[in-house]
Amino acid sequence: MSKTAMRINFTLNGKEVRADIETHHTALDVLRNVFSLYGARESCGQGLCGCCTIIVDGNSVSGCLYLAAALDGCAVQTIEHLDADGQLHPVQQAFIECGAFQCGFCTSGFVLMSKQLLESNPNPNDAEIRNYLSGNLCRCAAYPEIIQAVRLAADRMAEAKQEAI
Amino acid sequence: MTHIDLETIPWKRIGTSRPRLEARSKVTGRAEYIHNLALPGMLHAKILRSTVAHGRILSIDTDAARELEGVHSVITSEDVLRVIPDPYYGPAFHDQPILAIGKVHYVGEPVAVVLARDPYIAEEALHLIEVEYEELPAVFNEVEAAKSDVFVHDVLKPAGTFPDLKHLAGRQKTNVALDFRVRRGDVAQAFAAADHVFEHTFRTQQVMHTPLEPMVTLAELKDGGMTIHTSSQSPSFVRLEVARLLGWQESKVRVRTAFLGGGFGAKLYIKLEALAAALTLISRLPVRVALSMEEQFYTITKHATTFRIKTSVTKDGRITGRECEVWWNGGAFADIGPRVTQKSGFTAAGPYDIDNVSIDSYQVYTNLPPAGAFRGFGITQMVWAYESQADIIARALNMDPVEFRRINLLRDGRPHATGTIMKDAALLQALDCVAERMEWNQPFDHGSGAVRRGRGIGIGYKALVAPTTSMAIVSLSADGSCFVYAGTVDMGQGSDTALAMIAAEVLDLDPETVRVIHPDTDVTPYDMATLGSRSTFHMGHAVRLAAEDALLKMRAMARDLGMESEGRLDAARLLVRRYGMQAGNIIGVGSFIPEYISPNKETGQSENITPNWMVGATGVEVEVDTETGQFRVVRLENVGDLGTPINPKVVKTQLSGAAIMQLGASLYEEMDFDEQGQLRNASFAEYKIPGIHDVPASVHTEIVDAYQHNGPFGAKGVGETGCYGVASAIAAAIEDAVGVRLTSIPMKYETVCRALHASAPHLRSEVP
Repeated sequence: MSKTAMRINFTLNGKEVRADIETHHTALDVLRNVFSLYGARESCGQGLCGCCTIIVDGNSVSGCLYLAAALDGCAVQTIEHLDADGQLHPVQQAFIECGAFQCGFCTSGFVLMSKQLLESNPNPNDAEIRNYLSGNLCRCAAYPEIIQAVRLAADRMAEAKQEAI
Repeated sequence: MTHIDLETIPWKRIGTSRPRLEARSKVTGRAEYIHNLALPGMLHAKILRSTVAHGRILSIDTDAARELEGVHSVITSEDVLRVIPDPYYGPAFHDQPILAIGKVHYVGEPVAVVLARDPYIAEEALHLIEVEYEELPAVFNEVEAAKSDVFVHDVLKPAGTFPDLKHLAGRQKTNVALDFRVRRGDVAQAFAAADHVFEHTFRTQQVMHTPLEPMVTLAELKDGGMTIHTSSQSPSFVRLEVARLLGWQESKVRVRTAFLGGGFGAKLYIKLEALAAALTLISRLPVRVALSMEEQFYTITKHATTFRIKTSVTKDGRITGRECEVWWNGGAFADIGPRVTQKSGFTAAGPYDIDNVSIDSYQVYTNLPPAGAFRGFGITQMVWAYESQADIIARALNMDPVEFRRINLLRDGRPHATGTIMKDAALLQALDCVAERMEWNQPFDHGSGAVRRGRGIGIGYKALVAPTTSMAIVSLSADGSCFVYAGTVDMGQGSDTALAMIAAEVLDLDPETVRVIHPDTDVTPYDMATLGSRSTFHMGHAVRLAAEDALLKMRAMARDLGMESEGRLDAARLLVRRYGMQAGNIIGVGSFIPEYISPNKETGQSENITPNWMVGATGVEVEVDTETGQFRVVRLENVGDLGTPINPKVVKTQLSGAAIMQLGASLYEEMDFDEQGQLRNASFAEYKIPGIHDVPASVHTEIVDAYQHNGPFGAKGVGETGCYGVASAIAAAIEDAVGVRLTSIPMKYETVCRALHASAPHLRSEVP
């Protein structure tokens, strides 16, 4: 073990895991190279595009900048967790129905951020949707469809909640 | 060119919206991109790039880098020359060395490579390489470069692929890599006889595609040959070009792709593949070459242009003559620039019926990063100029800009500037549609006070690039499954779904059951490339023909077996009967190349310069703050003529996506070089692409009701159509709002602000 190596323990998509990493490795390095999770992707490499979005202890972070060492003891969620029970999350379903992507490279980030938004604000208006998603870039510019999809998912989730009551 | 009369079949699938076949894999993060690929034992390659715009390489000291622990090797052109004796590549010119040989031509040109198992070590070692340059004078502006005595290359080396470039072979002391011309009528006479003559110069800037999946290529030696996994839009060309470089047969080079995380023209022809091939040959190990976002800016870009346009009109607004001179800033390597210069060059006079036209279009080498294909293939630069001038002329003649266009637009049956008779170009319908959407004939509130409002429209057209070939195979297996083997790369345009729908329509299947095999040159037959909105038309035909061939074979088999041979046929029943068990295939093949006549070298005239014309129109409304010059596009209307929309929902996303992308080039994006040719803003921190806040409050997209007579199911391409008219429509809207006319893009707030303060002080609230 080199002197910059360390072991981290964390919860990944609901499961206790550990990994041997170097201190300069990013969260993306460990997710991709150790756990073969490819939904979070490095694009701009500067935390400006949102393609590498992951959820750490409930907060969205840029996996390309977030150091793997900082994951130690945390609960990490990636896009791969959203359909763990075989069912698509309402946001994912809405993205499909609204055609809210083209190449799909940025989609993981948009889906995760939309889910985060709806968890904290179940009925956002368009300005709130735009504000919340302003850190994510889509070069195919499927933005109008993304806004539609978030609205549709919000409606569906509200209905489901209503039915549950 | 058809086996079956498709128009007599009631279509059940074509024209009906459906989600992409790969939708689920994309929303769950599981779609396959080459970005995700790692090969066992692979080395990571990191590239050292030139720090000077033009210079001789005096020495490269790699000793310290080699000694860094973990470094496998440091590679320079000397190593490349040992495995590839003539390592110059490119689709139009063989001008691009795999690594710089003796000389560098722009800041960012690859000079050396470090290979290491750990990408962080490879990166670190780059900093230990010392390169000494003798700097040479450099030239950056396209108009200056066309007549400069600074030459980017000593001698022109056309690839031989394109007949109209052959005459340039061996030419020295020039930066002009193609001079294309169109001559029709007598422009001088038209100008002399005209009521009015207008002359303007319009400029566009250099921008980058920034696909969010940065370019990536992996190469490995395998099965007695080489396998290249690459995020490429043109796997067939990569195989051909790598085979040529290596002196191997195509059968020894396999090229495969996956989904692309965007392309927009950046991943065309050959990019990282030549370097990856050389590195794997040298190291005898698998190699991964993956660019950062920053590095993409040094790899391929969109041409900056200078366009001088001179137009004569009668007093009632009829255009009588037009002279166009376009200089395309090609950067240091030609890439596909000479094709852009020709194929967009011949549309430079616009979609207008003009008896006297003269076009000169020059592809010019400069000491900047290379320019090549970019969504629109040069069309947006042309539309920016001719539509901006259309608005200026209409304003000068006190004519309505829609009316001015309506008078002059080409009608079907009339000759284009190249002599080709127009057919199925829904120009008038597109214009009328956008005018109707904009409620153009209604009074428009320009506002008062500090915020003024304006509106503008623009229309553009593009000729489908020809002649190019697509081949396809459709295979039915004995449970009735259908496989489409096609070289079209799905980079977000939804081609997998469109091709599945076409095969399914012919064979009367559910498109969901059709599997489209991704490009793999060992498996999928030749396809020229995924570019220029060509796939729906060309590959659409090839898949249609392959499916028809399979259907005819099923009918023949049914007759042989004494089964019902008319109506819907079930491949499973036929094959089980034929082979006695679930076995066998029914295989149909299709190929397509449209008719085409190349333009006369002296006059640019051709009776058939393109198989079809793609038409796009845009309407915008803006709000301009007269105190700060800040403006907002508040409404965007996109109208496209794409013949039959195969999958309307996807097509509309394509149209609006292209338009919003073009907002970036119109308003924000600009590669910013200093006087030494150093790029200052190669990152999203300083190079702004449109984000969700930049999307106008109102975006609407319409497809005009049209039918392309020679298209598959009446369809033609759509990937670029939405971008044509955006920039000029915004400029027109700004002028409509505050009377300021911009002639360069990007249109920046500060430019408007300065112009307002200089020319329209009455609009400033502090001035009484």
